[in-house]
Amino acid sequence: MQSILRGARPASVLRAQIARPRVPRAVLLSRTLVTKRYTVEHEAVEYDDATGLGMVCITDHAQSSLGDVVFVELPAVGTTVEKGDQIGAVESVKAASDIYAPVSGTIEAVNEELSGQPGLLNKSPEEKGWLCKIKMSKPEEMEELMTEEAYQDSWA
Amino acid sequence: MALSPLLRASVGLRRAPLHASLRRLATSAPSELKRTGLHDFHVENGAKMVPFAGYSMPLAYGDVGQVASHQHVRTDAGLFDVGHMVQSNFRGPTATGFLEWLTPSSLSSLKPYTSTLSVLLNERGGIIDDTVITKHAEDAFYVVTNAGRRERDLEWFKQRLAEWNAGEHAANGPVEMEVLENWGLVALQGPKAASYLQALTAYDLTQLTFGKSAFVPIEGFNLHVARGGYTGEDGFEISIPPAHTVEVATLLSKSPVQLTGLGARDSLRLEAGMCLYGSDLDEDTTPLEAGLGWVIGKGRKESGVFIGAEGLRAQLKEGVPKRRVGLVVQGAPARGGAKIFDPATEQQIGTVTSGIPSPTLGQNIAMGYIKSGGGWQKKGAQVAVEVRGKMREAKVVGMPFVPAKYFRGV
Repeated sequence: MQSILRGARPASVLRAQIARPRVPRAVLLSRTLVTKRYTVEHEAVEYDDATGLGMVCITDHAQSSLGDVVFVELPAVGTTVEKGDQIGAVESVKAASDIYAPVSGTIEAVNEELSGQPGLLNKSPEEKGWLCKIKMSKPEEMEELMTEEAYQDSWA
Repeated sequence: MALSPLLRASVGLRRAPLHASLRRLATSAPSELKRTGLHDFHVENGAKMVPFAGYSMPLAYGDVGQVASHQHVRTDAGLFDVGHMVQSNFRGPTATGFLEWLTPSSLSSLKPYTSTLSVLLNERGGIIDDTVITKHAEDAFYVVTNAGRRERDLEWFKQRLAEWNAGEHAANGPVEMEVLENWGLVALQGPKAASYLQALTAYDLTQLTFGKSAFVPIEGFNLHVARGGYTGEDGFEISIPPAHTVEVATLLSKSPVQLTGLGARDSLRLEAGMCLYGSDLDEDTTPLEAGLGWVIGKGRKESGVFIGAEGLRAQLKEGVPKRRVGLVVQGAPARGGAKIFDPATEQQIGTVTSGIPSPTLGQNIAMGYIKSGGGWQKKGAQVAVEVRGKMREAKVVGMPFVPAKYFRGV
């Protein structure tokens, strides 16, 4: 359930610093810091500060509770969204669940794979089943969201 | 038969934020919920229990997804616990007359050990509940009504019985109602249901065609078995005394039969074009509007004496203001509550009452009501349905969406 990015990338940066303390400063500055935060709506956003993109997905807990996802509706690329806007829906046979923008910005990309393979949301909700990427206009909004620990505690 | 209105609240057929959907799907059910005799059996079989019509009921079992569970009933067989529904016996010399007063059905011409879908009507002709009535004899009927309408139905029966028994009808003895409290009721459904059940009984099930019932010896139990169901497949509804419910359910749920929950039950009934009380039927809807005019018995339309007859006759004369239709919706599934529009004028012409992405057809199917006049109720009519603020193309189609496969004889 934990993202590969979250688990691996900061650690490797740390190892690099320890092993080669005299790495030129420019290289250190070009590293990307990826943070992942969660919402009460059972969504997660993974923010890459190098690109300014937040990748939005539903959590593994959400997919396992919803059951088979059979339809996903995503926003149009280029749409400007405010945090909290309804931007799409994830539907199982029995229920339609609205998806809200967890952060503000512009929709930069949507996961086209989901139209043909909505089941990706069940198989790999937080990676291959990502929903959309938002070019964040207010990166500080990440601070208002929950850490993984806080999220797990919120429903467990 | 129909599920209750609480499916909408507990299982979530409408649109909702993800967190609200998940909350409704939570496994822990409030302790005040009633339990059928199979509650512990479901839990032992890995069921996800949800509140439904005041009962804790299985939504799904183990890792079997709703689509797989649904398909299994279409290709093999599934067993459903419908023990939350209300089973009653009506007995007395004028039982036929009493039930013909409460429903528009021709029960006097119904053959013994035959069932019919019927409706309880209020004074205006609105549907109090839909029900399956089985006639055993002129003076003995077995009636199954919806769990979600339990209080309303039982109070209605009680008051009407008191009225009936106080009048001249009861000169030769009263009509009495007995509710079969805590009795089990299971539905074995699917193309393999008959061969599975036949292996457990010496009774020749080819004699038991769709709509018939019989007391069938099954491994030492003598059980009331009615051929029919709520999936559009061949199948049986089996009534079981409280002491034997778990044993019989165990007997009826071995491979290839799979235990099947409420989730698949709802998608199967919708594909079969069957109504869910509380979603597709209510007290402001008449059987004529609901496309259930066929439940009104021959000869009873014009002159039958039954509660609600005047309301129905007025509609027969002047036409219905709205009519239930089937829809195939493009782009996104329309759920209950979605508005239906005339695409030309963008005027609202109706409302969707149930809708799903159909697992069998791979299309978004829905049923709803469209107002009369304008020709939108005709098969093939193009309408629009609003989903998440966008107009989606939709076409009016006939129901059932998936053809019924009832057993009508060899």
